[in-house]
Amino acid sequence: MPLIKIRDLHFYRGDKAIFEGVNIDIHRGKITAIMGPSGTGKTTLLRLIGGQLRPDKGTIEVDGQDVHQLSHAELYELRKRMGMLFQSGALLTDINVFENVAFPIREHTTLPESMIRDLVLMKLQAVGLRCARDLMPGELSGGMARRVALARAMTLDPMMIMYDEPFAGQDPISMGILVNLIHHMNNAMNLTSIIVSHDVTETAEIADFIYLLSGGKVIEKGSSVQLKKSSSPWVQQFMQGLPDGPVPFHYPGVSFSDDLLSPEEIS
Amino acid sequence: MIETIRSLGRWGLATFERIGRAHIFLFQVLAGIPGLAFRGSLVVQQLFYVGVLSFALILVSGLFVGMVLGLQGYNTLVDFGAEESLGVLVSLSLVRELGPVVSALLFAGRAGSALTAEIGLMKSTEQLSGMEMMAVDPIRRVIAPRFLAGFISMPLLAAVFSAVGIFGGYLVGHGLLGVDDGAFWSQMQAKTDWYGDVLNGVIKSIVFGFVVTWIALFEGYDAVPTSEGVGRATTRTVVHSAFAILGLDFVLTVLMFGG
Repeated sequence: MPLIKIRDLHFYRGDKAIFEGVNIDIHRGKITAIMGPSGTGKTTLLRLIGGQLRPDKGTIEVDGQDVHQLSHAELYELRKRMGMLFQSGALLTDINVFENVAFPIREHTTLPESMIRDLVLMKLQAVGLRCARDLMPGELSGGMARRVALARAMTLDPMMIMYDEPFAGQDPISMGILVNLIHHMNNAMNLTSIIVSHDVTETAEIADFIYLLSGGKVIEKGSSVQLKKSSSPWVQQFMQGLPDGPVPFHYPGVSFSDDLLSPEEIS
Repeated sequence: MIETIRSLGRWGLATFERIGRAHIFLFQVLAGIPGLAFRGSLVVQQLFYVGVLSFALILVSGLFVGMVLGLQGYNTLVDFGAEESLGVLVSLSLVRELGPVVSALLFAGRAGSALTAEIGLMKSTEQLSGMEMMAVDPIRRVIAPRFLAGFISMPLLAAVFSAVGIFGGYLVGHGLLGVDDGAFWSQMQAKTDWYGDVLNGVIKSIVFGFVVTWIALFEGYDAVPTSEGVGRATTRTVVHSAFAILGLDFVLTVLMFGG
């Protein structure tokens, strides 16, 4: 039985449909990637899974519980078992790295200070930032901030972690570190990982299963090998990063020659 | 024409929706306050940021307002040979009106705008969302302590403002203009009523503290999460707070002193 079961998901922003009948299964212990062009609602999907947004139709079950039928207290109880890594890191800017990682422990447990210290140092050691514990979030690079956020997301030993664009805007070294960390953490801690990304190469490298979203629907699903062999020109364009194809380079409208010769523009 | 009516309707609906959201927000904040009994340190920390850091501004402003009141009051009273009533004029003006109103306006500018900007930036940098996903309710953890701190600080700051203002009036009245200090203090004590004047002033400052902190926190929490949105929200906090303070002051004055 999958850890997350999304069925017939519909979500609209105003009149614009973000999802129209999306079905997704996220299996335990696996890394599942949700990919698609910018603006396809990948982050929205994570917010729906985390219960921060409500779908207009359809259900999302996490570990057998329908997220949107839970009471406030039950939802918060479930979230203790869900980690989420925001694109910006979302670290609290008024406290240092150590306190950021200690934050969920202090909020949810009454552990003694010595144990909190040990736990935080273990998590920071895992992401290679134990000696950066006294830095403030403003002093960290983007990649380091994401690693701290990853350590924080792991502090309560969740059953799953959702990554929102973990590789966006990273230099090659940070990117490599993050790819390895996500892969390693998933296997070492028997986590379930969901990666939302449009960095095809890095994501395909570690994902066990990939869903491609576009226009509010699942266009294709399968392992990275299966997707690379897909006969769909859209999938090929996305996976290979081709500038033109079924998704046109030009914003739709009248042809260039018609536009140049259009009399109303000449005046 | 139809489009104008439509846009008016949209504006009206959006305004009512926002007022509704502000009230739901207030109930959520109030529901989070009992939980702070076990998190005293959070409130103390915010009392420092909201209250103590506004102290210098209140102190200096109060002193100058009191000194100006002393000067202006003396010039009027001396024409009637009533300059010994200067203490009464200064104290009644301050405890009834200027203390609560001016300190609330200053509080909105100093602490209110800071609260809005802080919460708005926390929202735009996903810190509030991050807390939600860590199963920490940001309204209870971030908003409620700030609300309580603002609510407690405001009456105390208004009291300081009035006290320092009276002292400023005394400095100018006695030190500069030669009003008899015995008359200044004794007339003030005789004519300033504890319930009728001081307590009513305190009630005003409590109401202003509640409203200004509510506006500031709601504007931050409801801000559009962009730099422009946070900027607009901060401006709205100061403008709406000023309207609310002056409007409520009139209503409260009518209720307290109207009859």
